[in-house]
Amino acid sequence: MDFKFADEEEAFREEVRQWLKKEIPQRWIELDPGIWEETEESWALSRQFQRKLGQKGWIAPAYPKEYGGLEMSHTKRLILAEELAYSGAPIGIEVEITVNWVTPTIMLYGTEKQKKDYVTRVAKGDLIFCLGYSEPDAGSDLAALQTRVVEDADEYVINGQKTWCSYGHYADYCWLAARTDPDVPKHKGISMFVVDMKTPGITVRPLINILNRHSFNEVFFDDVRIPKDNLVGEKNMGWYQLAMALDFERSSIGTAAINQRIIEELVQYAKETKCNGGTLADDPLIRNELAGVAVENEVLRMMCYRIAWMYSKGLHPSYESSMSMLFGSELIRRLGNVGMRILGPYGQLDVGSKWAVLNARIMRMYLSSISMGVGGGSNEIQRNIIAMRGLGLPRQ
Amino acid sequence: MDLGLSEEQEMLRTSARDFLQKECPKQLVKQLDESDEGYSPELWRKMAELGWMGLVLPEEYGGSGGSFLDLVVLLEEMGYNILPGPFFSTVVLGGLSILAAGNEEQKKEFLPKVANGEIILTLALTEPSAKYDAASVKTKAVARNGEYVINGTKLFILDANVADYLLCVARTKEGVKPEDGITIFLVDAKSPGVKCTLLKTLARDKQCEIIFDNVNVPKDNVLGEVDRGWPVVESILQKAAVAKCAEMVGGAQASLEMAVSYAKERVQFNRPIGSFQAIQHYCANMVTDVDGSRFVTYRAAWKVSEGIPATMDVAVAKAWTSEAYGRVTLLGHQIFGAIGFTMDHDMHLYYRRAKAGEIMFGDGDFQRAVVAQELGL
Ligand SMILES: Cc1cc2nc3c(=O)[nH]c(=O)nc-3n(C[C@H](O)[C@H](O)[C@H](O)COP(=O)(O)OP(=O)(O)OC[C@H]3O[C@@H](n4cnc5c(N)ncnc54)[C@H](O)[C@@H]3O)c2cc1C
Repeated sequence: MDFKFADEEEAFREEVRQWLKKEIPQRWIELDPGIWEETEESWALSRQFQRKLGQKGWIAPAYPKEYGGLEMSHTKRLILAEELAYSGAPIGIEVEITVNWVTPTIMLYGTEKQKKDYVTRVAKGDLIFCLGYSEPDAGSDLAALQTRVVEDADEYVINGQKTWCSYGHYADYCWLAARTDPDVPKHKGISMFVVDMKTPGITVRPLINILNRHSFNEVFFDDVRIPKDNLVGEKNMGWYQLAMALDFERSSIGTAAINQRIIEELVQYAKETKCNGGTLADDPLIRNELAGVAVENEVLRMMCYRIAWMYSKGLHPSYESSMSMLFGSELIRRLGNVGMRILGPYGQLDVGSKWAVLNARIMRMYLSSISMGVGGGSNEIQRNIIAMRGLGLPRQ
Repeated sequence: MDLGLSEEQEMLRTSARDFLQKECPKQLVKQLDESDEGYSPELWRKMAELGWMGLVLPEEYGGSGGSFLDLVVLLEEMGYNILPGPFFSTVVLGGLSILAAGNEEQKKEFLPKVANGEIILTLALTEPSAKYDAASVKTKAVARNGEYVINGTKLFILDANVADYLLCVARTKEGVKPEDGITIFLVDAKSPGVKCTLLKTLARDKQCEIIFDNVNVPKDNVLGEVDRGWPVVESILQKAAVAKCAEMVGGAQASLEMAVSYAKERVQFNRPIGSFQAIQHYCANMVTDVDGSRFVTYRAAWKVSEGIPATMDVAVAKAWTSEAYGRVTLLGHQIFGAIGFTMDHDMHLYYRRAKAGEIMFGDGDFQRAVVAQELGL
């Protein structure tokens, strides 16, 4: 056992830090968009930044060299993810989706041409995918999806509706799960497609999230025609490929670093805020709350480290990723609550209010954190996975 | 013992529920949340016509002589439906305070206007320290030429943006104890030197900063006794805390009902999600929190209504209900999944208010400190 990072890894951490110090745009820091709060301006800034990151090979560092990656070790990948998260760099769920959900599946199941077309460009930071999974009647029960794809000569024709499609209004391509055979059990008739979002027949309609921002969309497909080449993997085998993709996603290893940053801000706030002749930091209740979330965050960090370690041993995490996602989402909600409690009435103040503190980041997190146990597979589904896949508990 | 509502209270509840459902649909709630005023003058007038503003005021002042418990029934319905606007500030924080501490002349002047919906009141107590204790009152009122001159900053003042009068809590004397030397003033909100700034908040309720810059107030506008205002403030805070609990119980009840009915309707994996034990347990937790909150709140309200000392009961109710409402609304969100994460949906209206209600008039930590004291610790 060895929890120490090697000297070379520590040096890499320092290199990343220095680079980020230089490259994170000042304007981005001013805008300070939280999760699901992107605007056109912030999106443009983040895409610019992500291209630079791509030039360094740091968008998809673990990918094979032939597809634009660096074949970076999993430990270094972890370090990079931590530093990106901690620094608040302009890289969000859109990259997580693209790099950790979509392209790994293309790499596993795609043709050589698809790999060259998509994976390489993703690695450069040139492409963003949105996820066309959920439908009004297919959320947790994703296999119930109804969006239909039929063959017509040398094309596929798509009809149907997707919903909750995050960044659908910005993305270049949609990673679409659709039904190609309606006459077989539901898991057996699903296929995966890459769809250019500029294809005629696609309508993207905004949904406004509870931060009062436009982050997700309904996407309508009305006789949308795509080339046959855009099927990824085997027809009707999409469900099984998709299950793989979900596992990749669940390992979002940067969360502990984001939390760390918030905890540090709260500690600083407690130390600076006068109260009863001392500071808030003297209050045993507040010390206890902050220490509590700090403890939980270390637990989360170790869960994330375990996942990186498993990858480095060539193992494939499954329920372990569900566990860290579940724990992480609940922790961020608790952290939101602890933050609100520490800030007291000040915590309620929104951006732009005179008297707002920490740029209303805690309040915004208090709202956005609700989505954490829902999107990407709800906490209940994660628990089912841990219990059934992880512990072998019976389904019936 | 009888833990139930009287026949009249049941009637009040039913009529309030029907009225609010009809007159204050969620579309209007959202519109008012986004507006700067935060209330609908038309709806306000209709409420006055129903006698709601005068519900707890004696008949001689234009009210109908109801009890505090009656008011609690009404507030629960306001929390249930969500009613944006200055009812709480005007009636609970303003009206009841004038009734309790005002002299005959003040009661005659203000209360009938409260009862018929003519004026909006609020309490200007908290300051940048954001605390509900006497030591935090730093705003100063100095007697000069037969008047008082007020200087200071008040913060997180509910509905001050639309208030006609502010019940401003100010320090008139530096006493040995912080509780000494506090006086309440009825300040015309349009007085020169009063500057009100609306703050944007999580619950989109209308909280304000008020700066008092050499504001002159006639001596006659002292509410209660000079230098002896703190016990009045304490009693307002006690009523306000219970009243807030009542609102929260209503909101929690509505959240529960929304979530349970969705759990019955929403089908995934060919069955209603409410058939999954995970969801059933959530619903069970929710109803446990709602019922638990309701009866500690009712007991506190009953004691306040009967004039029985209720420090412990109020603190218990507020400590529990504050946090229970938060848990209930979070579970509600969990059950709704992505659809609850939209502005169009109603769940977030409750989730936001749960946090605001928790903070207002002392959060769980604050109230548990009171309980500890009451336990003799
Ligand atoms: C902010 C945000 C962004 C999103 N972005 C995208 C996106 O880009 N692309 C995309 O395709 N989707 C996206 N989603 C949708 C997301 O994948 C779904 O919300 C998720 O799969 C849950 O589906 P649902 O919301 O329909 O809830 P439902 O599946 O209807 O679930 C409702 C409740 O029932 C519970 N439940 C369901 N089944 C079970 C069960 N078997 N056992 C126990 N409990 C159960 C759920 O856990 C939940 O509590 C996003 C969601 C959010 C909130």
